[in-house]
Amino acid sequence: MKLTKTLLATTALGLSAASVMADGHMSSDMTLVSWGGAYQASQSAAYSDPYVAMNEGVTVTWDESSAEAVAKLRAMNEAGSITWDVVDVVAADALRLCDEGLALEIDADEQLAPAPDGTSAEDDFGDLLVGDCFIPQIVYSTTFGYRTDLVPEGVDAPDDICDVFDLETYPGMRALEKRPINNVEWALLCDGVAKEDVYDVLSTEEGQEQALAKLDTIRDSVIWWSAGADTPQLLADGEVFMGSTYNGRLFAAIEEQDQPIGMMWDAQVFDLDGWIIPAGLSPEREARALDFVYFATDTQRLADQAKYISYGPARMSSAPLVGQHETLGIDMAPHMPTDPNNAANTFLYNYEFWADYRDDIDAKFQAWLAQ
Amino acid sequence: MLAADGTPLKASLGRALRRQKIRALALIAPLLLFVLLTFVVPIVSMLFRSVENQIVSGTLPGTVVALESWDAESGNIPSEDVFQNLFFDMFNAAEAKEHTKLGTRLNYENTGLASMFRTSGRSLDDVGEVFQDAIEDVDDQFEDGAFWFAMMNGAGGEDLLRERRERWVDLTGDDMRGDVGFVPSAEIVELLPTTAAAYTDWAIWTVIEDEEVVAEEDPWEAVYAALVVDLENPATGTAIAAYEGEGAQALQAIAAAEMPKADFTAAFADLDEDWVKTDVWTTIEVYSSAYTTGYFLNSVDRELTPDGVDLRPDNERLYIKLFGRTMWMSMIITLSCIILGYPVAWLLANLPMKSANVLMILVLLPFWTSLLVRTSAWKVLLQQQGVINELLVWLGFVDDANRLILMNNSTGTIIAMTHILLPFMILPLYSVMKTINPTYLRAAKSLGATNVTAFRRVYFPQSVPGIGAGSILVFILAIGYYITPEIVGGTDGVFISNRIAYHISRSLNWGLAAALGTILLVLVLALYWVYDQIVGIDNVKLG
Repeated sequence: MKLTKTLLATTALGLSAASVMADGHMSSDMTLVSWGGAYQASQSAAYSDPYVAMNEGVTVTWDESSAEAVAKLRAMNEAGSITWDVVDVVAADALRLCDEGLALEIDADEQLAPAPDGTSAEDDFGDLLVGDCFIPQIVYSTTFGYRTDLVPEGVDAPDDICDVFDLETYPGMRALEKRPINNVEWALLCDGVAKEDVYDVLSTEEGQEQALAKLDTIRDSVIWWSAGADTPQLLADGEVFMGSTYNGRLFAAIEEQDQPIGMMWDAQVFDLDGWIIPAGLSPEREARALDFVYFATDTQRLADQAKYISYGPARMSSAPLVGQHETLGIDMAPHMPTDPNNAANTFLYNYEFWADYRDDIDAKFQAWLAQ
Repeated sequence: MLAADGTPLKASLGRALRRQKIRALALIAPLLLFVLLTFVVPIVSMLFRSVENQIVSGTLPGTVVALESWDAESGNIPSEDVFQNLFFDMFNAAEAKEHTKLGTRLNYENTGLASMFRTSGRSLDDVGEVFQDAIEDVDDQFEDGAFWFAMMNGAGGEDLLRERRERWVDLTGDDMRGDVGFVPSAEIVELLPTTAAAYTDWAIWTVIEDEEVVAEEDPWEAVYAALVVDLENPATGTAIAAYEGEGAQALQAIAAAEMPKADFTAAFADLDEDWVKTDVWTTIEVYSSAYTTGYFLNSVDRELTPDGVDLRPDNERLYIKLFGRTMWMSMIITLSCIILGYPVAWLLANLPMKSANVLMILVLLPFWTSLLVRTSAWKVLLQQQGVINELLVWLGFVDDANRLILMNNSTGTIIAMTHILLPFMILPLYSVMKTINPTYLRAAKSLGATNVTAFRRVYFPQSVPGIGAGSILVFILAIGYYITPEIVGGTDGVFISNRIAYHISRSLNWGLAAALGTILLVLVLALYWVYDQIVGIDNVKLG
């Protein structure tokens, strides 16, 4: 027993000594947290594989826990043992983590790479730097796909968000996410509320009721989804005529799996996904995490990710570098949510509004669902 | 009566028995300790969150005390004293980044407070900077950390130091231990109480969290604001004139100069106009106690108001309905399991060994398959374009336009969960039936009983303990299920556990999740008690 302990201790010492020698003051192990699936694969190919190739001796472990990242980070923080180094979260979650003091504050100009032409990181990311802790990676959108073969005869394919609420012209089931966010905005938009007034209206009791009343009109024709993979599956099975999901999921269903699905970009809602670094890491691990993030969010790396998945890079300087899909060989630019042809009518997720109203409207939404 | 060694027999026997008990306890001690540490302690501490509410008084200690004299009924906003306390509390909280946590907590009760706390916390420096600039304009010695230190440091203020340190402990949850290298001088505490408190707060934070030296750093803006607050007290003006300690001249110069007015009510109204609305303060007052029934009330669709407990508005009532549904559907599932499982268990118990074994494997096979796989398989079977509907349409039983809706509703949950929980019914039933002697049935029949009577009067009563055990297992498992309802339940087939999971991992309202979980636990225990009264727990046999 004693011998094993001593042995273990000496090996551990030896290992840490080696890592210190290799990289000065940075730890050699890193746990990255992401969403799994094609998205994580794209991050692995574009960010972590080249990083490991450049930094010999660094090992990267992936954890597919981003969906519960906020709850888990809070639990880790309370237990006093943080096992993650860099965590991929949506911007709304990054804001919450920052609010709770669970994420490290980032000074974009100091800690992130400038664009190749010398533009500072802060200007390069622009408005996408939401909150003090969030390091943006991609712009994705929540938008609708529909079955091209199920469009009724003599009718144009749906190209207006209000077609979702038009059961007469476009009969069939719809798939909507089982949460108020996005759905209530679309409902108000199709109930005569002007785009710029949506959040003013939603902050009133009457406005919230108005949105739910509009959703009530299609209630019996809705299947509510909670995982991003549900809608493509429901579309492929012919269970629904149209449904909302993340644009990358629809791209994969259309281009990689050849499903008869069309994109209806109208009123797509932009959202951001990016990295945060947990607060309270040891200096060695924090240094490694910052080093990785500096590399992984530079202009070229962000453009590289678009080779594998149709999400727009968060840097302005990356857009011109977006090329072709790695295996399909098609141009990726027209499939980006930010492409001018797709972005004629868009929404940007309102972080401040939803941070305040999420719990309130969600309670009403769930009560409405349970009726 | 005496034992062989001469001690009374009773005492000797008692000692022997005690020794035996200790030995038995020692044998189970490792397991007991393990269960205690890994099961009981975490669960109890989690459930404890359902009443815990120290965050309000921990983050805004001064404000909460000052607020006690405010009358919510009056319709007026609290006095300047409350806002002054709020400024210093919030300033510290913002430095420690605790104010946003409080905002999130209060946002559960009053929508909008999250962003109000976040944005206000960001701008408090600016509020204090006005005073700092004014003071430094009069005498630039106040720009110097060493000057401040010389003036504030001394002896006799140990009580204040201890008190302020405890506040930081309550605020941050860290122990804040360590030597600060600074003790407020009793004279200054007497002369400038607000300033001494603010400076001590800053000194503790600077040394223990920022790991700097007090004398080498400039105090933060709140200290300057505190000095102005002190100087506005007319008594302080005369006391300063008589003061002869360190920095006396500089202080007298400040006291003589024109200072911006310390009006924190206006400052907060400037940051966010909601600060001067009574409903915000009502929320803070209602939730200022260290323990709250708020989460429990919320779990039964009620809410805490200044006038006592009130029903939530119609469009927010959810949980009672969900509790009822969870109970009701779990009962249906248990009943379906009995109906489907009983014949299977009977077959298992009565078939010849060889075929019974094959049947047993068929029962156990799904048991060994992942829950997610089984649930997803049901999705393929039940959906409208799924196997069952296709088959029915092909056979002509169902019209193509009116396919059955078998999932994304309660039907889906009942079908899938009955299937998943069936083995938990069959196995106890089987083990009980196996012990029923077949000669009893034969004896009954030989005495003239029909098949039905023999089953009803002889066989069935003996199998009841198996039904009891199976029902308890299935019901209790069903009540806590959430993956299957989430996948196939749609909107009217989800359980209370789905909301618990949502509050744990999505909304992060752990207090509410804990309250819902506690209620569920109590419900299960209550049902267990009822069951014991009716059937008797001794009648349950697991094998």
